[in-house]
Amino acid sequence: MAEYVIIGNGTAAVGCIEGIRSIDSEGAITVISSEEHHVYSRPLISYLLEGKTDLERMKYRPADFYEKNKVNVVYGKAAKIDTKKQVAVLEGKGKFGYDKLCMCTGSSPFVPPFEGLDKVKAKYSFMTLDDALALEKALTDKSRVLIVGAGLIGLKCAEGIAERVGSITVCDLADRVLSSILDAECAAYMQKELESHGVSFMLGDTAVKFDKNKAYMKSGSEVEFDILVLAVGVRAETELAKQAGCDANRGIIIDTKMQTTSANIYAAGDCAEGYDSSIGANRVLAILPNAYMQGRCAGINMAGGSSEMTDSIPMNSIGFFGLHCATAGAYPEDGEIYEERTDKGIKRLYFKDSKLAGYMLIGDVNRAGIYTSLVREKTVLDEEETEKVKKMPSLAIFSNDKRKTKLGGVV
Amino acid sequence: MIDHFIYPEFEVVRNDNRCIQCRVCERQCANEVHSFDPDRGIMLSDETKCVNCQRCVSLCPTRALKIVKSDCRLRENANWADDTIKEVYKQANSGGVLLSSMGNPKPLPVYWDKILINASQVTNPPIDPLREPMETKVFLGKKPEKIKRNEDGELVTETSPQLELSMPVMFSAMSYGSISYNAHASLARAATELGICYNTGEGGLHEDFYVYGPNTVVQVASGRFGVHKDYLEAAAAIEIKMGQGAKPGIGGHLPGAKIVGDVSKTRMIPEGSDAISPAPHHDIYSIEDLRQLVFSLKEATEYKKPVIVKVAAVHNIAAIASGIARSGADIIAIDGFRGGTGAAPTRIRDNVGIPIELALASVDQRLRDEGIRNNVSLVVGGSVRSAADVVKAVALGADAVYVATAALLAMGCHLCRTCQSGKCNWGIATQRPELVKRLNPDIGSRRLVNLMDAWRHEIKELMGGMGINSIESLRGNRLMLRGVGLTDKELEILGISHAGE
Amino acid sequence: MKRVFVNEEWCLGCHLCEYNCAYANSGLSDMVKALKGKDIFPRIHIEESEGITYAVSCRHCKDPLCVKSCIAGAISIEDGTVKIDKTKCVGCLTCVLVCPYGAVAAGPEGAAQKCELCLANSCGSPACVKGCPNNAIVYEER
Repeated sequence: MAEYVIIGNGTAAVGCIEGIRSIDSEGAITVISSEEHHVYSRPLISYLLEGKTDLERMKYRPADFYEKNKVNVVYGKAAKIDTKKQVAVLEGKGKFGYDKLCMCTGSSPFVPPFEGLDKVKAKYSFMTLDDALALEKALTDKSRVLIVGAGLIGLKCAEGIAERVGSITVCDLADRVLSSILDAECAAYMQKELESHGVSFMLGDTAVKFDKNKAYMKSGSEVEFDILVLAVGVRAETELAKQAGCDANRGIIIDTKMQTTSANIYAAGDCAEGYDSSIGANRVLAILPNAYMQGRCAGINMAGGSSEMTDSIPMNSIGFFGLHCATAGAYPEDGEIYEERTDKGIKRLYFKDSKLAGYMLIGDVNRAGIYTSLVREKTVLDEEETEKVKKMPSLAIFSNDKRKTKLGGVV
Repeated sequence: MIDHFIYPEFEVVRNDNRCIQCRVCERQCANEVHSFDPDRGIMLSDETKCVNCQRCVSLCPTRALKIVKSDCRLRENANWADDTIKEVYKQANSGGVLLSSMGNPKPLPVYWDKILINASQVTNPPIDPLREPMETKVFLGKKPEKIKRNEDGELVTETSPQLELSMPVMFSAMSYGSISYNAHASLARAATELGICYNTGEGGLHEDFYVYGPNTVVQVASGRFGVHKDYLEAAAAIEIKMGQGAKPGIGGHLPGAKIVGDVSKTRMIPEGSDAISPAPHHDIYSIEDLRQLVFSLKEATEYKKPVIVKVAAVHNIAAIASGIARSGADIIAIDGFRGGTGAAPTRIRDNVGIPIELALASVDQRLRDEGIRNNVSLVVGGSVRSAADVVKAVALGADAVYVATAALLAMGCHLCRTCQSGKCNWGIATQRPELVKRLNPDIGSRRLVNLMDAWRHEIKELMGGMGINSIESLRGNRLMLRGVGLTDKELEILGISHAGE
Repeated sequence: MKRVFVNEEWCLGCHLCEYNCAYANSGLSDMVKALKGKDIFPRIHIEESEGITYAVSCRHCKDPLCVKSCIAGAISIEDGTVKIDKTKCVGCLTCVLVCPYGAVAAGPEGAAQKCELCLANSCGSPACVKGCPNNAIVYEER
C-alpha cells in the first residue's frame, strides 16, 4: 500500500487528497498541518470579520472530509525531509515514511524590517484564521487602523473591518491600489469605491518608521493608529523543500506534472512556481483555483495517474462593497487595447497576435469566464470574431459546430 | 392621394395587472404589433398591424393578453355590412383585386351539420370497438368488376395499382413554397407514422423528403413545377391537379420574392421568377387530352402507381367525374368550395364552386347509375373538419377524404387567414427562416399523429354504434344518414331521407 | 445523468425560459407576483447573434472549473449535479471568472447562482424545458 505525505493543510492539500483518491482509494495519506484547524478557506478570513461567514461555514470541505477520504491529519510542523530514507520528520512528533510527498506549504507574510516595529503592540498580519481572530479581538468601533499594503490582502482586510472600526488608512509604496493586477485607471476606479466607504489612502507613500502608535511616513507626514495591519506582501514557503533538495526561485520549481527537482517530491499551491502559459515561463501564481488544480494534478500523478497542467494563467475575481472586478491573462501594451467606459465600470481587453491576451473588467463581470476561456485556450480570433468579442462575452464567438458540441453534448 | 383610414379590425387587450413585461409578445410578432417604451416603462400595441393570429396570446406566460374584435363599427346596415363597405374602401384605396387565404368563411350552408348519423338499437346490436376488431383500412384505386379465375381455376388476385391507407384520410395538397419546409416535414413524418399519405401540392418534392415517398402523393399541376422522373417514381400515387376548391377556374401565382433557395430548386425554376400556374393545363381541353396525360404518367411509372385526378366541385361535377372515370384515372379527388388556399382572390374564394357534400352525393350516384363506380375511388376534401365529417363523407359515397385545414390547425395555425402576407407567426405559411424555425417538426408531426389517432378512435366509435365493423361496409351506405332542416331537393341530391323518416 | 440541452436550430429567442426559470426559483406560486416589476435573475439566458439564438445554462461539466475554483468550497457535485451552497458562498464571483459558458452569475443577494435543474425547487424538473414552446430545450440523457 502506497504511503503519501502532504505537508500543509490548505487548498492545495485538499486538491492533492482528492487527486490521490481519484486514483488510489486505499493508500495511506498523512497530512501534516501546522495550523490546528480543519481545512478552511483562507481568502474567507476577511468575510469572517465582515460577518458574511462563520467558522463553520468557512470550512473548505465538510467536517467529515478527512474521515471520508481516510486521511490521517497530524498537527505539527515538519522539521525536515530525509529524501534518502523517504521520511518526513516532525518537530517532536515522530516520523512519517512516504513513497510520494507533496509540498503544500503555502506562503507567509513578508514583513520588511521597519524601524521601531518591535515596539508596536497591536500589530497583525492578515494571512491565517488565527491572524483574523487575533485582529478581531483587538478591534473596537473607535479603532484607528493603519494597513500597510494596498494589495488584495490589505484591501480585503479593510473591507472586512470597515463597518467595525473608527477609521482605516491604507498606505502603499505603489502609486495605486491592487498594483499587481490593475492599471492606473482601473485602480483609481476601485480606489474611489473604497474611499466612498470610508477607507482613506496614502499612495506612493509608506511607513518607514514606527514609534508605538505613530507611523512616520516616507513623505514626512505622520499617522497615528491603534491597530497596525501589515500586508506588504507574501513569500512562498520554500525552506523545507530546499532542504530536501528541491530547486527554488521565488517558489519551489515544478514541472507541468507538479514534480519538483527532487525525486518523489511534488509541490503545489502558493509555495510553488509552475508554468504560467500567459507568459510562457514559470511563475508563482498565488491564487486559490490554481492551488487546488495544482494540488489535484500532483495527487493524480503521485498515485500513478497521469495529469498535466499547461494552461494556468493569472486571474482574479475580487470585489469591494459590491463592486466587482475580474482580471485574467497578460496585458501587453504593444497590441490592440479595446476599452469601454460607462458610469458603471470599465472594460479593457488586450489583444495580441489575433488572440485575447488578457482583460480587466470592473463593474459588469457577467460571463467573464468566456473571456477567461479565450485567454486560457489562446483561441485565435479573426477580425469578425474580434469585433464580436469586444461587444460582449458570448458563446456566439465560437463556430456553430463548436457551439453545438458545447451546448449539445456532455462536457 | 392619402389612403382612406380603415379602423383596425382587432384590439389588443393587455391586462396590466398581469403583464410582467417579459416582451415575449414583442419578439414573437412578425407583424410588429407589440413594442416596449423604455421611457414610460410600458408595453405598447399597434393594432393596425394585428391579424389576430393569437401567437402572442398563446405564448404570454401570465395570460395577460387577449385579442378582441373591435367594436368600432360603421352604422349598421343589413345590406351594406361592415366588411362589405371596408372592402370597397380597400379597393378604392388600392385599385387591386382583394386577396384572401384559407377557406370560404361566409355563412353558407354546411351540409355536414345538417346530416345525422344512425346508431343500432335492440335488433341490430352495436359493436364495442374496444372489444371487437374494427377495420379502418382502405385501398384506393380501380376495383375488379367480378371475380376472375385463370385456366386452372385459381383466383386472379392481380389488381390495378392501389393506394393503401390505414384510415380513410389523407393530408391534401399544400405546396412547398406555400407552406414551409418544417410544415412539410411534419406532414411527411406524420403520414409515414400513421400509414396514410400526404400530398406535395404543385411545388415539387424537396430532396430531403424522398425518404417519405411511400407515403407521398406527388402532384402534377398546370405549371408542371418540380415534375421529373425521380419525382414521379418516388411517390405512392400521382395526382393531376385540374382544379382547387378555393379557387376553381383560376391558376396560381407564387410571387418571385418567395422563390428563393430550396423553393426555387425544388420547383425547378430560377430564383426570383414568379411561379405562375396557368388556369388550364394548356395540353388538356378534353377528356381525351386528360386521358393522354393520365397514361403518360402511368407509362412513365410502369403502371405501378395509381393516378388521381383532382377537380374543384363545380356545377356539372357529376358529368365531369363521369368523364374522368373514363379517362383511365384510378382515383377522382373532388375539392369543395370551402377548401383552403395560401392565397386566392377573395371574390373567387367566396363565390365560386359548390358544397362538397352535394358534389360527392351526385358524383357517387352518377357513377353508380352509369355502372362505372368501381372504375375509380372517390376522395373528397374542402373542409372535412372532424371524424364525424369523415364518417358522413364515407356514408355519402367517398372512399377517403382529404384534410388540410385541420392538419394546419394541428400544427399551430390559428386561421387568421393572412397566409398571403408570408409572415405566418406559427412558422407554417412562410419562408422566412426565423419564422420557419418556429415549427419544430417533432412537435408538428406528433400533433398531427395525435389528431389522426383521435379521429381513428372516433371513427371506430361511430362505426361501432352503427353496427359496422369495416369502413368498407359504410361506403355509400346512405341509409345510415338522415337530414335535418333540408329541403326535398337537397335531400334528393344527397340521396338521404329526412330525420324521422 | 439527464442534462439540459439546447437545440439552437429550434430556439426562437423568445426568452420564455428566462422567465420560467426566474419564476420556478422564486419560491412563489404566482408568476405575476414573483416577477412583475422586478429585475429577474434567471439561471438560463438567451444569447443572440446574427439570426442565431440559443439558451445557455450550466452544462454540469464532468470536470467543472467552478468546483475547482470556488474559494469557499461552496460548489460541489452531487449525483452529477453541480450545486452551489448559498450559505457558504461569499459572492466573490470566482466561478463567474472561470465558467467558460458564462453560466454562473450573481443572484439578487450577491451570492452566485446557476442552474441546478430545478431538482430542489417546486418545479421538480427543469422549468425551462417544460415551458419551451418549441422543444428547443430538452432534458435528457446523452
